[in-house]
Parts: sequence; structure tokens; C-alpha cells
Amino acid sequence: MTDQMAVLAADRPRGLFGDAWHELRRRPLFWVSVSMILLVVLMAAVPTLFTSGDPGLAQLSRSRQPPSAEAWFGYDNQGYDIYTRVIHGARASIVVGVLSTIGVVLTGATIGILAGFYGGWLDAVVSRVADIFVGVPFVLGAIVILTTLNAGGDAGPVRIVAQVVLSIAVLSWPVAMRIMRSTAIAAKQQDYVKAARALGAQPRRIIGKHMLPNCVAPVLVYSTIALGAFIGAEATLSYLGIGLRQPVVSWGVMINSAKDYLRVAPHALLFPAGFLTATVLAFVMLGDAVREALDPKLR
Amino acid sequence: MADLLEVRDLVKHFPVKRGVLFKQTIGWVRAVDGVSFTLGAGETLGVVGESGCGKSTLAQVLMLLEPPTSGEAFFEGRPMFSLRGAELKRLRRDMQIVLQDPYTSLNPRMTVGDIVGEPFEIHPEVAPKGSWAGRVRELLDVVGLNPEHINRYPHQFSGGQRQRIGIARALALRPKVIVCDEPVSALDVSIQAQVMNLLGELQSEFGLAYVFIAHDLSVVRHLSDRVAVMYLGKIVEIGTEEEIYNHPTHPYTQALLSAVPVADPALRGRRDVIRLTGDVPSPIDPPSGCRFRTRCWKAQDVCATEEPALVERGGHPSACHFAEERSVVP
Repeated sequence: MTDQMAVLAADRPRGLFGDAWHELRRRPLFWVSVSMILLVVLMAAVPTLFTSGDPGLAQLSRSRQPPSAEAWFGYDNQGYDIYTRVIHGARASIVVGVLSTIGVVLTGATIGILAGFYGGWLDAVVSRVADIFVGVPFVLGAIVILTTLNAGGDAGPVRIVAQVVLSIAVLSWPVAMRIMRSTAIAAKQQDYVKAARALGAQPRRIIGKHMLPNCVAPVLVYSTIALGAFIGAEATLSYLGIGLRQPVVSWGVMINSAKDYLRVAPHALLFPAGFLTATVLAFVMLGDAVREALDPKLR
Repeated sequence: MADLLEVRDLVKHFPVKRGVLFKQTIGWVRAVDGVSFTLGAGETLGVVGESGCGKSTLAQVLMLLEPPTSGEAFFEGRPMFSLRGAELKRLRRDMQIVLQDPYTSLNPRMTVGDIVGEPFEIHPEVAPKGSWAGRVRELLDVVGLNPEHINRYPHQFSGGQRQRIGIARALALRPKVIVCDEPVSALDVSIQAQVMNLLGELQSEFGLAYVFIAHDLSVVRHLSDRVAVMYLGKIVEIGTEEEIYNHPTHPYTQALLSAVPVADPALRGRRDVIRLTGDVPSPIDPPSGCRFRTRCWKAQDVCATEEPALVERGGHPSACHFAEERSVVP
């Protein structure tokens, strides 16, 4: 009997996320991506930890100076210290990525689970509307939205960031919605949902207690990858001159201002682009690791 | 005995649709096509038939998970299909279901305690909140599980144990009828017997009535007072366990019984094996007249033109123009 008790004690229940965590802990890829992400998040949260320079200080006399012991990443065309600006630029990039992801996942997943659960005309209308949004090429759609919003003239940093987040969220929610809808349709036909309905459970309980916990995994994986993609999207829009812009400092803004002097000052492009690529890669790797850990079939 | 459940002429047709944007109905799957039966309190009605004959659809409609196309059902004399809101919720307490696949019928993200306790959360009027945990432990004990395992997740149990969890959930509200939709067909044979015995014990302990659906005649026999044999959405023969197993009159029942394996090798050569040829016709376009005629060795012209009614023939209701007793099991 005591042996049995010991076995019972050792065999503590573990839910799906407990299992996933157990699986993730053993993956080097997970730790590499998490440390890269933590580093970038730290840069975004407390830039003064990494640099004491002023990102707004332009010394035209040092314009386009290459990297040196004094300025590790060199100076750009305006004479800004690139290292200081790369560190300070992390914040805008991360904020845009995180806010866009939250917006996309919350709206997309909510609409998707409702469409999947209720089906019928609601599903038909939502799916066709999503098709329309998917049909609009991302960059074209963003140009239309942002040029319209930018027409108002000078805007503060908060408004600039909010506009970019809004345009990304408006153009990307259908992806999260489709993922959620298809998993919700599959979950709805599961026997445990039938059993809950036979017990007299209301739609709210079925969606909240039975479907949502079983549907979040694919959206969660999507959101990690999307976060990286949205940071990239911000850079794309800023490069085109319609996304973030002065006075906001971001990697995309830096790439934009470096593009005209690529042959004379390649370092001005190299460093922000390198940080951007590494950050996007880290999120994509994290998404891959999480997906493999959450999918029991791959174990 | 008074009828607890009465089903009259129940029909469930599913539309077959084609087209992407503008869906057109191009036909109907006649899953259940005019089924009538009664169930007394504490009684077990076995429903058998091969895959696709409409047994599970019957269960879904009875549990009000799918609306019927037509027909009526009465629970304790009150019509079931017109119930809404609070009355419908009240009926759910009296009728519960045990589903076929114990691997999909339990939510993998909920602990056993949450799964078995959910009926109390949905129907808080049944028991005061403080007593739920105690009741869940009691239920686990009743179905032969260790009440200490209340915090475990379904994946930590075997198939048979999972089915016991499903049974505990169905029992929680003390229903009068439990619809068992092939509750043992996903389990190992040795475990099947344990679960069947448990269902038998629970029946005598709580006075439950079962609608017991299975595709295996030998499983149903063990528990049933009466047996209905279904073919392509219709009941072809219905009677007491003794009448169906020892005096079958419908050719389909006889063919099914002759396919049950015989344990005694000495008897094997002497029994009369009926081999049916062909497949079950599509329920979208069932044969005219008698639905079994395409595979029946007795079929005559009349079978194609006139549908045989399920009426008393040779001692109990049988839907065959040429109903005749034939002993197939020695």
C-alpha cells in the first residue's frame, strides 16, 4: 500500500501545458530563442542599461563614420550614434509587435470561435468578410490605410504607433480567425461537447470551458510566429516611409534613413537590419518549438 | 408497467448538399426513417444493427442533440421535442447519455473531478455547492474508481476506466434513462464484460432504464429485456430477448444471429450459417418496398412493391412478408 502511495505521489497530474513545458525545457532551440527575446525585451524596457547615449543627438561632423572603439556601430548620415539608436529602437519595434499580436489574436480568435461554434449565417458572413481582407495584399492595404490616417499632418509618437498597430491588426485578423474557426469546428464535433450539451450546458459554458481550452494551442503558436512577422511588417512599412517615423526611433525607421547611403555607409543599414532579422528569427524559432511541444503527435 | 419513454414514428433525415456559395440540397440521408418503441421504467431496450443503420442518430435525436425531422417522443407522457428553456433543462436531468469513444468523450483539459462535477455546476439546484466534491468522490467509488484520483486528467486512465468516468458523469444527476451509445465497442473484450457488469449493477441499484445501442448481438443479450433490430433506419424486428434470440422471424435477424461465433467446437458444424451477399444499400436512395429485399433470399415481387409493416407476426412484431421462425443458433 505504501508503495502505491509513493507511486501516486510521484505521478502528479500534469495538464497539456505542463507537458509542453516539460518538453520545451529539453530543447536547446527553445532556450536560444528565449534568451534572444529576453535580451531584446530588456533593451526595450531599460535601454539605459546598455547605453548612456542620447538617441536624439545628431552630430553632423561625425556623419557616416564607420564603426570604431568609441562608437561600436558607427554613425549614420545625420551623425546619430547607431548603437544608441539600435538599443532605443527596440522599444518601438517590440511595442508594435506585441500590441498588433494582442489585437490580432483577441479579435481574430473571438470572432473565429464564435463563427466555428454557431456556424450557419454568422459563419458564412464572417468567412466571406475575412476572404475580402485576405484578398487585399498586405502592403497595398497598409499603404491605403496609413496614407489616409497620416493625412492629418504632424502626429505625436503615440498616435504614430497606434496607427501602425491598427493597420496591421485590421489586415491580419483573418488569419487568426481562420485558425480558430477551423479548430473550433473540429472541437465542436468532439464527444465531450456532445456530452456537455446533453447535460444542458449553455453555449457560454461550452465555449469557455470545453472549446477554448482545447482550441488555444494553434492560435498560441501562430501568435509567437506572428509577433516576429509583425515586427518585420513594422520595418517594412517604416522603410516605405508610411509606418513609424521621426520622432519615433525604430529599426525600420533606421533602415529607411540608411537606404539612400547604402554604398557609402553600409554599416548604417547592417546593424538595425541584423537586429531586426535576429529578433524575427527568434520569435519564429520559439513558435516552432512551442508548436512541436504542444502537438502530442510529434512527441 | 407505465411507459417512461415512448417514441412514435421518429424520422431524422440529413440533407446532402452540393455547391460552394449557393448550397443546393440534392438528396436526403434517411438515417432514421420511422422508428417507434416504448421503454418502461427500469427496463433495458437493446438496439442492434450494423454500422450506418441509424442507431447513433437515434441516440442523438433522443438526447435532443439533433432536432428530429418528424415524429414524436414522450417522456413520462409529456412531449419532449417541444420543450424549451427551463423545461428542457429539467428533462436533461432525467435523461443522460454514455458515449461510444471514451477517448473523445472526456475533455482532456479537465480533471476527473471537474468532469464528473460538471453536472452539478450546470444544475446547481440538485445539490448544495459544498456537497459537490463529496458527491463526486461517491460517484467515482460507485463506478469502481479510486476517489483519490479526483485530480487526475483523463489521459492518465485506461479506456475502461475512462468509460467508467463517463458513466459516473451520466449518473451524477440521478437520471431515469441512460442512452448508452455503443458504450463498450471501443473497449477490449475483457474490459467490455466489466463495464457491462457495472451497467447491470447500476441498473438494479438506481432503477435505471437503458436504451442500449450496440452492433453486436451478443453484447446486447447480456443486459436487455427487449431487443430491437434495425436495418437502414427502420426497426425490422422487436421483441423480448427470448423471442429475438430463440425465435427470430425476420431474415435479417436470423442472418445476424447466425454470424455470432459459437464457442463450442462440437456445435460449429451443425449450425446454419446464413451468408448475406452485397452491401447495405445507400440510405440516400433506399430500395423500394422492403429495404432488406436486395440481400434477402426470400425476396418475392411483393417485397419490392409493398413495404412490410412492423406488426405481430409469429408471436412478436416483425417487418417481413414472409416472417417465419427459423432456429439458427443450436
